[in-house]
Amino acid sequence: MTTDEKPTMIEFKDVHKYYGDYHALRGINGTIRAGEFFSLLGPSGCGKTTLLRTIAGFEDISSGVIMIDGKDMASVPANARPTNMVFQSYAIFPHMSVAENVGFGLRKDPRSKEEKARAVAEALEMVGLKGYGGRAAHALSGGQRQRVALARALILKPKVLLLDEPLSALDKKMREHMQIELIKLQRQVGITFILVTHDQEEALVMSDRIAVMFEGEIAQLADPETLYRRPNSKKVADFIGTMNFIPCEIVSETGDKVTVDAKGLGRVDLDVAQAPPARGEAPVVGLRPETLTLLYPGQTTSERTTEGVIDEVIYFGDMTYYDVYLGGTDVEVRLSMRNVPGRPVLEVGTKVEVTWSPSALVLFR
Amino acid sequence: MSKAPILKTFTLLYLAFLYAPILLLPIFAFNDSKVVAFPLQGLTLQWFRELFADQNLQIALKNSLIIALSVSTLSTILGIFAARSSVRYKWKGKGPVLGLIMLPLVLPEMIAAMALLVVLLSLGIQLSLFTIILGQVLICTPFAVAILTSAFQSLDRSLEEASMDLGETQMSTFRLIVLPLVMPGILASFLITFTISFDEFIIANFLGSGKPVLSVYIFGQFRFPAKVPAMLALGTILVVFSICLLAIAEYFRRRGIARTGGKDSGGFL
Repeated sequence: MTTDEKPTMIEFKDVHKYYGDYHALRGINGTIRAGEFFSLLGPSGCGKTTLLRTIAGFEDISSGVIMIDGKDMASVPANARPTNMVFQSYAIFPHMSVAENVGFGLRKDPRSKEEKARAVAEALEMVGLKGYGGRAAHALSGGQRQRVALARALILKPKVLLLDEPLSALDKKMREHMQIELIKLQRQVGITFILVTHDQEEALVMSDRIAVMFEGEIAQLADPETLYRRPNSKKVADFIGTMNFIPCEIVSETGDKVTVDAKGLGRVDLDVAQAPPARGEAPVVGLRPETLTLLYPGQTTSERTTEGVIDEVIYFGDMTYYDVYLGGTDVEVRLSMRNVPGRPVLEVGTKVEVTWSPSALVLFR
Repeated sequence: MSKAPILKTFTLLYLAFLYAPILLLPIFAFNDSKVVAFPLQGLTLQWFRELFADQNLQIALKNSLIIALSVSTLSTILGIFAARSSVRYKWKGKGPVLGLIMLPLVLPEMIAAMALLVVLLSLGIQLSLFTIILGQVLICTPFAVAILTSAFQSLDRSLEEASMDLGETQMSTFRLIVLPLVMPGILASFLITFTISFDEFIIANFLGSGKPVLSVYIFGQFRFPAKVPAMLALGTILVVFSICLLAIAEYFRRRGIARTGGKDSGGFL
C-alpha cells in the first residue's frame, strides 16, 4: 500500500469521552494519514459520530490527546480548526442563495469581492453545480444540497474534510453515484477525507482504510481487503459482509500452523496468519459465501470438497444464494453463485458437492 | 349542507355570534343618532370628529401605545433569552424556572395585579406608566416564550455548528444564522404581546392610578350614553387597524416561509 509512506495527519492518543456516566469513547488510539480516504464504520451508538465531532471540535474530550497536523487540538475551538464538515442534514442555510452558502466561510477572507465570487464559481464547478449560484438553497434536490455542502466545506481548503453519513439521506442509485463522485473528488483535491458510515459496503467501496468501531472502541483498523478477508474477530467478520461460522476443535498448534477439525469440513491445516489472537471464545472457523462453490456435474476441482444438501434457494437475479447442510451434519452454510449461462438454478433438496479452499478460512477462538 | 347539517348550522351560528357584534361597530359609528338602536337614522361623520377633538382620548391613546410598544419589545427580548436558553442549553433547575416563567399564563391576572400593587405601594414606588409596563411584561412574557420556543425548536442545530465550522464565532453565528431564521417567530411574538398589552384592562387599572390608558378610558366613557357612538367609531378604527396589522404580519410570515422553503402549516389568514 502506498499510503504507508504518507505522513500522519491526525493522531489519537488514548481518547476518552464521557457523557455523564456514559462512556462513549473508550481509549481511542490510531493515526489517519494525510491524503487518505478514511472511514469510521460501526453500528449506531458505537461512538463513530462522537469521534468525528471531537475532531471537528464540536465535542470536548474527557481525556487523551487529538493531534491534527502535529498540533494538539485541546485548546483550539471548532472555528479555528483546519477541518470542515459535511453534515448529515447538509445544514444548508435556508435563507441564503447557493452562492451565499458556498461563500459563507469566505466572509473574513481579505480577498476582493470579485476574487471571492470566482472562488465560489470554481467550487461550484468542481462539485458539478456550475451556474447554480443564484438559486435559492431550499429549491435544491437532496443530491444537489449535498454538493453545495461539499463545495462550502472545500472552498476553505481544509486539511481534513469530515463527512457525517453524507449519503444516508439519498436513494440507492444516487448514493452509489455519489460514492464514486466522492472518491474522484478526494483524489482530485488530495485532502484527507474522514467518512462516518454504518454502511459496510459504502466503507469498503470508498475507503483507503477503515476503523471498525464497537461500543466506543476501535475493533480493527485496516484496509478494506484485510478487513474483509482477515477480520480479527467474529464481531468484525459478522459486521462486514456475511460470514459462515462453523464450530471446530483445535487439534494441534505449532509455531506457524494450526490444525483444526471443523464440523462438516473435516481436518484443516491453517496458516498462523489465518488465526487472529485468541479471545477465549468457543473456536469457530469463518468462511465467506463466495469462497464456497457448488460443483456442477462434469466439473472437477483440485480444492477440497464436501457433500451437502440444498436447504434454501434465494434468487437475486445476478446471484443465487444457497443454504446448504454440510456432510450430513446440522451445520448450514450460505454460499453464493453467480448466475451465468449454462448454470441452472438448483432446487431445494438437491444433493450437491461443495468445494472450498483452506486458505479462505479464518479461525476465531 | 348535504352532510351533518347540524354541525354546519352550529358553525355558522357560532361565527355569527363571534363577528356580528363587531360588524355592528361600523354601522352605528356612521349612524346619525345618539341612540344605538335600529332603525338607522342616516349617515354622519360626527362621531369621528368628536373623537379627534377629544384631548383625553389622545392622551390615553398615546399612553397605550407607549405601554404596548415597551411591553411587546421587552417581553419579546426576554422571550428570546428564555426560549433560546430552554431549547439550546442544559442547566440545573431549568424545569422549575421555566414553569415559573410560564405560570402567569394560568394565574388569574387579578391576583398578579393585586399582589404587585401591594408590593409596589409598600416599597413606596409611585404608580406610573412604568409600573403598568412592569406588570404587563409579567403576563406577556409567557406568550412570547411559548411562541419563540417553537421558533427556536424548529431550528436545526447543525446549522449553527456549520457556521462555527466555517469560522464564525457564537455571536456572529447568532446574528447571521439564528436571528434571521427565527425572525418570523420574533415578529409573531411582537404582534401578539402588543395586542395583549394594548387591550389589557386589569393591570392597567390597578397599577396606573390616574394615568388613563385606552382600555380604561373606553370603559369609563360607556357610563355616558352620549359618548357611546363615539366609542363605536373608535372601535371601528381599531378593527381596521387590527386587520391591517394582521395582514402585514401574514405577509411577512408567508414571505419568510417562501424564502426558507418551508411548508405552510397555516397562519392567521
